[in-house]
Amino acid sequence: MQQILNFIIRNKNFLLYLLLLSLAIFFTIQTHSYQKSKFINSANFLSGGIYTRLNNINQYFDLKTQNEYLSDENARLRNRLQNYHISLEENYVDTTGFDGSYLFRPVLVIKNSYSATTNILLINKGSNDSIQQDFGLITPKGILGIVDKTSKNYATVISILNSKSKISAQLKKTNHFGTLTWDGISPKTVQLIDIPKIAPIVIGDTIVTSGRSVIFPKGIQIGTIESYKLDAAENNFEINVSLFNDMTNIEHAYIIEHLDAPEINNILNLSNEQ
Amino acid sequence: MNSSVISQVFNFILLVLIQVLILNHINFLGYINPYLYILFIVLYPIKNDRIVFLLLSFLLGILVDIFSDSGGIHAAACVTIAYIRPLVLKWSFGTVYEHQTIKFNNVDFGSKLMYISILTVIHNLILFLLEVFNFSEILLTLQKTLFSSIFTILLCIIVTIIFSKRTK
Repeated sequence: MQQILNFIIRNKNFLLYLLLLSLAIFFTIQTHSYQKSKFINSANFLSGGIYTRLNNINQYFDLKTQNEYLSDENARLRNRLQNYHISLEENYVDTTGFDGSYLFRPVLVIKNSYSATTNILLINKGSNDSIQQDFGLITPKGILGIVDKTSKNYATVISILNSKSKISAQLKKTNHFGTLTWDGISPKTVQLIDIPKIAPIVIGDTIVTSGRSVIFPKGIQIGTIESYKLDAAENNFEINVSLFNDMTNIEHAYIIEHLDAPEINNILNLSNEQ
Repeated sequence: MNSSVISQVFNFILLVLIQVLILNHINFLGYINPYLYILFIVLYPIKNDRIVFLLLSFLLGILVDIFSDSGGIHAAACVTIAYIRPLVLKWSFGTVYEHQTIKFNNVDFGSKLMYISILTVIHNLILFLLEVFNFSEILLTLQKTLFSSIFTILLCIIVTIIFSKRTK
């Protein structure tokens, strides 16, 4: 017993170092397993509050671009509204719109990162505004990510520029679908993998969300095909997608809530159990 | 509470704020950020209680982690360089360190550069190994380490020169 105590006292620095290092690595591994990091995230009052103050100041420097951006979107929506009235008069039902019922909420991205391999965004609304895990985040130009952690007033979003992120996407022209991932290199391009070899791929084609998960509706734009090659097994295509969104300059965004998601998940779980 | 403790606390808070509010958003050429906050560990007084020093380094790292949503990668890198600092000190300053008479303001530039460089490279290597977390991407890891280290070393040297008190 005496010897054990002596050993601990003699090596107390090294033991403390090992303890702290393993604690840090434990936190790291937790963030690498999706949806499990409980302790270390920026959706808390300290970092959330500081980022909100910083964003209040930074907003002013970017007002002009963001205004143009929003008025662009208004114009586009006005166009669609006008066409919609016309199509109603012609007694024609638009079946290409989003199916299911989706609720959009405007949010501000108060912290954006794109230089690490696991990038996480912070938005200024949380569980008080009924934001929950697995809601989608988009801008008018394309998708941004999926909500991960929420606190009362803030939520973290796993960006599509995150090597953990896996989102179902497809070609706009045909229904061949694959998984959207990121290789951690450029914030302008992401990778679409597992597209079957038989799919007709042309450089410049548009990639959209597939609507196969309950997070994003079908048909939200992502980007265009920049280049493609066969993967190692030579069965599937690996496509480099250049994003419509400028991921380095993001402020106004929308949270998408799929109102039928609980029902769909429920029935999926039921059939999985059988 | 003497003035040295107060100035350390002040340095600590200031470096964390500068790191998370300004330097984490530089993203030079897309991904290169300087990690100036390790200056706290670099310039911490030589005569110290090692337990307190290790705990402070961990706290420093975990604070930066909380702000940048990175799990515990900064904390792991920080405790490691804090733990090996005496070795690096001995190696780069030699006998001056052994007699505990070292003052960072009046050591020669070469050994100071060596000291800061070794700590920075080790810190960045651990940081990016844990961030990428994938041995098959070792080239990307080394590339990030190299460029971020150069940027960090430059900034650390400039800051230490500008803010060094001439106590002669």
